[in-house]
Amino acid sequence: MTYHAHQSLLRSVVTCVAFVSGFAIMSIELLGGRVLAPYFGSSVYVWGSIITVFMLSLSFGYLWGGRLSMRNPNPVSYALFFIVASLCCLPIILAADSIMERIFLAIEDPRYGSLLASIMLYFLPICVLGMVSPYSVRLLVLRESHSGRVAGHLYFVSTLGSALGTLATSFYFVLWFEVNTIMWGLVAALLLASAAVLATHFLSHEQNPEQLTVVETKVAEDRIAQPHPNERGTRRSA
Amino acid sequence: MKNSPTVTKIAGTGLGLSAIVLVLVAVSLFSTLSVNAEIIHEEKSLYRDIAVVQNGPRRCMVFNIHIGDRNQTCVDVDDQEKLVFSYTRMSFAGLLLNPQPRRILVAGLGGGSIPMTLTKLFPEAEIDVVEVDQAVVKVALEYFFFEENDNMEVHVADARHFVKRAGLAGEKYDYIVLDAFTGEYIPEHLLTREFLQEVHEIMTPDAVLVANTFSTSRFYDHESVTYHNVFGDFFNFKLPTSGNRIIITWLHPLPGRGQLMARAREAAEALRRFDVPVLEYPDRLSTAVDWDVSRRVLTDQFSPSNLLRDFR
Repeated sequence: MTYHAHQSLLRSVVTCVAFVSGFAIMSIELLGGRVLAPYFGSSVYVWGSIITVFMLSLSFGYLWGGRLSMRNPNPVSYALFFIVASLCCLPIILAADSIMERIFLAIEDPRYGSLLASIMLYFLPICVLGMVSPYSVRLLVLRESHSGRVAGHLYFVSTLGSALGTLATSFYFVLWFEVNTIMWGLVAALLLASAAVLATHFLSHEQNPEQLTVVETKVAEDRIAQPHPNERGTRRSA
Repeated sequence: MKNSPTVTKIAGTGLGLSAIVLVLVAVSLFSTLSVNAEIIHEEKSLYRDIAVVQNGPRRCMVFNIHIGDRNQTCVDVDDQEKLVFSYTRMSFAGLLLNPQPRRILVAGLGGGSIPMTLTKLFPEAEIDVVEVDQAVVKVALEYFFFEENDNMEVHVADARHFVKRAGLAGEKYDYIVLDAFTGEYIPEHLLTREFLQEVHEIMTPDAVLVANTFSTSRFYDHESVTYHNVFGDFFNFKLPTSGNRIIITWLHPLPGRGQLMARAREAAEALRRFDVPVLEYPDRLSTAVDWDVSRRVLTDQFSPSNLLRDFR
């Protein structure tokens, strides 16, 4: 596999899994309302708690994902995010009732009860899914001048995934499946995403081992040896 | 800068869109209200817009008036005790099973006509009303002659949370009315088997459960299956004058017609001032299974109420 073929395959795979990650985040958020309702109701406070915790988890995920991308960015770590996220989803399926029961007993006010329950159930998986975004950008950016376009492309794909995740879950999934069945489906989708990333990586690795650490060096080479025509143009006019 | 064609075009489109929106709003308002009706108050809440609409002596609380929802609750300002809707009157058929409630729970306040009637009928009874929306409480107090008293208290809370807490505290009620509507339908988490089991928990051995639901929509089957799953046989109370169906059940075997008639005769006098024709009710309390028993039980895991509501 040539370097360019590998890059283009990696781009397609990262694009797909970024979509899956966006889809899963919003699907999980929408189901969150259903998961919490039996204990805390579906008053506006409960949705307030859920949305707050999702935003908070994503913001920390972006921060930490960005930091991790500084240290030897590689597809294996990237795949690991998806595996960890899917594992972190398991308590939502298997232990939500016992966790919420304890919180329900300990905290009388449904506002703080639902806030704590949201944190316990959703902070970890959503934080890890948030880490996917900056890391995806890092894996695909080869040249500084293209970074905005790559980031824009990834935001587009993952937010499109979020939109579809919301729509599909609220319009159809809850009509067809139980909440936990949908959650299992999302866990499977995240694991498939990680498998796709790993497969791409090891497939190219076997054929062409030296090219997998290139991303870093290639950026440097590009800048020194072959500035992009646009970059040159910009510099001249500036 | 001169107006470029694009700017003009955008402005034109904007104006056109606003005109369409205005027309739509006007049409929906016009179709919702008859000619003499007047909106005397509007209340914004976190959940919905509440309008108080007066038409002659009839004053109604309407949720989401702009999308044409049905009346939530009405009161006759000249005769405040008269129950305007037949579903409200029907909910008192629960008294045929338990004629002397002492501890009452009403989920969903609306204009408060059900709890007000109950407190007038049973001044000694302790009544808890649960309403999720503070704005509904405010409007009921200001426009619908609802009043709290020493024995009747409104709790601003989600009914699911309230019932779960009551169960935990070992509270028991002997008359429970489920009348929580969003303007569209009953909230999903108040329809599930788990919720009904929690309600079961807080019922005294002689308690009666009265649930107000709609008799149309495919959802009828799911709801019936779910109630049957938790409570076994129940009275299915429908009247041709109402699109509502009242489910009435308790923890004992259901009484026969003779006993219901005897109770109705005892209660008729007290209920007359509220316009409740209770003597007509025993013949309408049906135990016939007129729903599709193969439908799925609604659970916390599966309760797509709003999706089922409109597709038939």
